[in-house]
Amino acid sequence: MTAEPIRKLIVLAAIWIVLLLAPFWMVPLGGYTALATRVLVLGLAAMSLNFLLGFTGVLSFGHAAYFGLGAYGAGLTLKYLALSTPLAVVAGMLLGGLCGAILGMLLVRRRGVYFAMVTIAFGQVFYYIAFQWSSLTGGDDGLRGFSRQPLDLGLIKLDILTDANNFYYFVLFCFALAVGVMGFILRSPFGRTMIAIRENERRSRFLGIPVERHIWIAFTLSCFFMGFAGALYALVNNFADPRGLHYSQSGDFVMMAVMGGMRSFWGPLLGAAVFVVLQDYLSSITVNWMSFVGLLFILVVLFFPRGLLGFFQRSKA
Amino acid sequence: MMTQLLLFNVTNGLIIGAFYVLMALGLSLILNLSNVINFAHGGFLVIGGYIAYAISPYVGFWGALLLAPLLTAVIGLAVERVLIRPLYGRDPLYSLLLTFGLAFMIEDGTRFIFGPQGKPVAIPAFLAQPLSNELFFITGYRLFMVAVVFVAVALLFLLLRYTRLGVRIRAGTLDLETVAALGINVRMLRSLNFAVGIFLAGLSGVLAAGQLGLEPTMGTGLLMPSFIAIIVGGIGSLPGTLAGGLLIGVASGVTAVFFPAASEAVIYVMMAVILLTRPRGLFGEEGMMS
Repeated sequence: MTAEPIRKLIVLAAIWIVLLLAPFWMVPLGGYTALATRVLVLGLAAMSLNFLLGFTGVLSFGHAAYFGLGAYGAGLTLKYLALSTPLAVVAGMLLGGLCGAILGMLLVRRRGVYFAMVTIAFGQVFYYIAFQWSSLTGGDDGLRGFSRQPLDLGLIKLDILTDANNFYYFVLFCFALAVGVMGFILRSPFGRTMIAIRENERRSRFLGIPVERHIWIAFTLSCFFMGFAGALYALVNNFADPRGLHYSQSGDFVMMAVMGGMRSFWGPLLGAAVFVVLQDYLSSITVNWMSFVGLLFILVVLFFPRGLLGFFQRSKA
Repeated sequence: MMTQLLLFNVTNGLIIGAFYVLMALGLSLILNLSNVINFAHGGFLVIGGYIAYAISPYVGFWGALLLAPLLTAVIGLAVERVLIRPLYGRDPLYSLLLTFGLAFMIEDGTRFIFGPQGKPVAIPAFLAQPLSNELFFITGYRLFMVAVVFVAVALLFLLLRYTRLGVRIRAGTLDLETVAALGINVRMLRSLNFAVGIFLAGLSGVLAAGQLGLEPTMGTGLLMPSFIAIIVGGIGSLPGTLAGGLLIGVASGVTAVFFPAASEAVIYVMMAVILLTRPRGLFGEEGMMS
């Protein structure tokens, strides 16, 4: 074995050890387990967006819509259909993914800023539906009246409602599942093709790659992951909020991906961690936290456009 | 009664549409030449409105109407120079994120300086009167707003058609590289173009302040319809943006008569229909969107 794969293996092991032990080191450092759970879920969302943004090179600025749809899908299932946590997660994922698949067909021919613009506008459609259809969604107040249910594992019932650690490990399990699938796709020939399209769309087309179809599939997959993360987020809060579908939430996700490092697989998770902790901290010390978040956006764009990981990698090289 | 209700809402729609047009034309100018989606455009509208509020005690309404957009454009020029110019030629993602953050800062900043409550802006008394009892909803101010928008749009199109700057902006929209090769200072061109766009945002801010009063969040609500006006009208086409803005304004006005809950949703439906049947938009040229 050469040095490079060994180094990668060590980094990977370190990431998983940090994640597995999070409930134990978060609390002594002044955090709380629920914060770690939120980082994990939002990190998964940012990684799902980056699947499209960083690896296919397609700029979606309306991805919060599919995140929010996942949340509503899970919430509505728990409230009206079945008291089952796994079923709710699957329902949320399907709702986000299927809506993404349908809208994706309208979107794939656009590129660059135009793609971004149309995704924003279509994302807002779902925001308005959630906002206006109050009899079903609770409107502006959000969807309440549901809670995550204990997991029935056959032999034992796992309480994830009141036990924060149990819930964290449930979310970590889901996270690992999603990230595993994502990594598998990126290593497959399909994933390589996505990267080829990112690097040079015209050349990919000359090579006979059906670019539109690949972008559509990548968009759809990313929406499924997004819906999955959104469903988990509904479980985190026992609540679904129309603001979760709003384009400003999309902006936060893009920011997480950029801040962590768009070109790396784990970058968005790091970005989400920094973003969530910073926002949590800022909103606890000042009412003007919005200005600081805005300033953060500007500073990152101007001075760290390659993100934290990109910055470290370059300064090492 | 029904006709009056309909007329009322169509008028309303036209007035709202006029706002969308002003906003969308500015956005469109910047998007076409610089490939920047200016998320902070609504923020500049707010700046224009609050400048008018701050200076109108000294210069009066008419002075504010003229000065506030100019001052907003100057602020826009500074923002373009310091924050946006370094991002030209990079992935459009970055200018999007930057203006997104800027919009946050402007909204929060105005709230910090002027407080979260709405502020009224006094308009001249003779404009505040309704024209007649029959048509109580048509105040002089509303007609005046539409007239100002009309004049501003006409001037913009004359500027683009007949002045050297306008010709260069249009040429740059089509092929910036050639324009640069012909020895034209493209940086300056982009700055001036940005300032023109921001001037329009500032102008809509002043007009909106007189009609609706001022709130730090007022710009955000106008941003999305302006996006849709551009998409419906056809990206890359300013007459398209004009038509798109009026169209969605009237459409949401008419929908408000029959199905009030959907008055906002209808513009999204229109966008979806347009994208399905005519992806380049009403006036867009083939291939502009891809």
